Amino acid sequence: MFVIFFIVVCALGFVIGLVWGRGKVDSVYYGFLGLGIALIFAGIMGMVSYWQSDKVALSTSGAVPVENFLPDPNYIRYKNTVEGLALAAGVPVPAIYVIPSPAKNAFATGRNPEHSAIAATSGLITSMNDEQLQGVIAHEMSHIKNYDILLLSMVIILVGAVVLLSNIFLRSLWFRDNDSGGGEGAWIFLLIGIVLAILTPVFAQLMKLAIGRKREYLADANGALLTRYPLGLASALQELADDQQQMKTANQATAHLFIVQPLKTEKGNSGSWLHRMFDTHPPIEDRIARLQEMAGEFQPQQMPQQ
Amino acid sequence: MVWVIVIIVAVVVLILAYIAYLWNKLVRYRNRVENAWHQIDVQLNRRADLIPNLVETVKGYAAHEKSTFEMVTQARSALMSAGSVGEKAQAEGQLAGALKSLFAVAEAYPELKANQNFLALQEELTGTENKIAYARQFYNDSVMAYDIARQKVPANIIAKMSFNEPREYFEPESPTYKEVPKVSFQ
Repeated sequence: MFVIFFIVVCALGFVIGLVWGRGKVDSVYYGFLGLGIALIFAGIMGMVSYWQSDKVALSTSGAVPVENFLPDPNYIRYKNTVEGLALAAGVPVPAIYVIPSPAKNAFATGRNPEHSAIAATSGLITSMNDEQLQGVIAHEMSHIKNYDILLLSMVIILVGAVVLLSNIFLRSLWFRDNDSGGGEGAWIFLLIGIVLAILTPVFAQLMKLAIGRKREYLADANGALLTRYPLGLASALQELADDQQQMKTANQATAHLFIVQPLKTEKGNSGSWLHRMFDTHPPIEDRIARLQEMAGEFQPQQMPQQ
Repeated sequence: MVWVIVIIVAVVVLILAYIAYLWNKLVRYRNRVENAWHQIDVQLNRRADLIPNLVETVKGYAAHEKSTFEMVTQARSALMSAGSVGEKAQAEGQLAGALKSLFAVAEAYPELKANQNFLALQEELTGTENKIAYARQFYNDSVMAYDIARQKVPANIIAKMSFNEPREYFEPESPTYKEVPKVSFQ
């Protein structure tokens, strides 16, 4: 999926180059030059935000270090679960945070396992039983182990580059001199260039969301591998699906880091196909179904009601 | 003529690079197995360190259950002084058994259960046991990764040179581990 994305971006650069060069043979190089410059700009912005990503995500959500909550047995359990699953995954223990909120959610952040952090809401920590909590934390730990935050940052950089490039291209059309002498074929490239420049940013966003959804499924599967008990996470997801409360401190920018969509639509409505394309997370029913499939013939007759 | 030589040299270099890559991969996996094995000891040590605190907490409520406390203390000293792997395994089994009785004592005193300190320590013990289990699980996973890497086809030729010793999966130490534990609140 990432490969397709990259090819599309390069194709955009190629066509833009052809338009700028009015169809001449070496104009492709201009296109790639433009693409390169856009990538560098977007890259710098992306790198800075990526380096600070864990701090930004933690401060905007109001996360507090877990030590503040400590002699409470629920928080001891949370801390021990994170440390234990870090052992099982073979990664260093992430920094552990709590978000004081009755809503139930959790996220993981950090550019690599050595600089990672996990945060969970107090609502989640106090309401989930052992298996559910382990399932959720294992899912987050898998995000860290799979370098998902790094991957998504790179995707965002590419999206940024595409948006920049399209913007520059579209604005450059105002300044074209009309007696270009580019020949009869040039206007086709112009048309293609305009269409691509408008569509590609949208397409890039959709690709980013699709990549994010795939990594969520992967984190579910890897989390089940860590705990060797997929039904724990399945039961946690079921409870999260029924939870009505919105998180006050989540917004569009950080939404993709959480374990379930923090911004809710109406309950039970996964929406039309068009809606679903813009979701940062796969639908919860699908995730539960996949986990139950993993549990296979070891599934008890009835889902454990917690 | 020059091209043929260049191509041959390039191919040889590539093959050597690949061999180096495989060798290094085996080195990495073997060291991960070593690390994972010692991580288990870290967690076991932590459990042994926690026991005195639990005993202190419970002692305050059940001054006359001396025999149980003595059992725990003896088991712990035996564990500390155990030498060989076999002795260690036996001492650990004893400690686990003594801990079971200690929890039975705690069950007999409901006020104790509500005590925040006891709840916290109970949580710590559960957490420590879980961590021991996770450490063992990771050890087994490392052994599996190492064995697979050693046995896969081009690598097994290289492995024969220096990565021969098989690593065993973790074996449970208590002789009664397969029995269903009796839960009784007498």
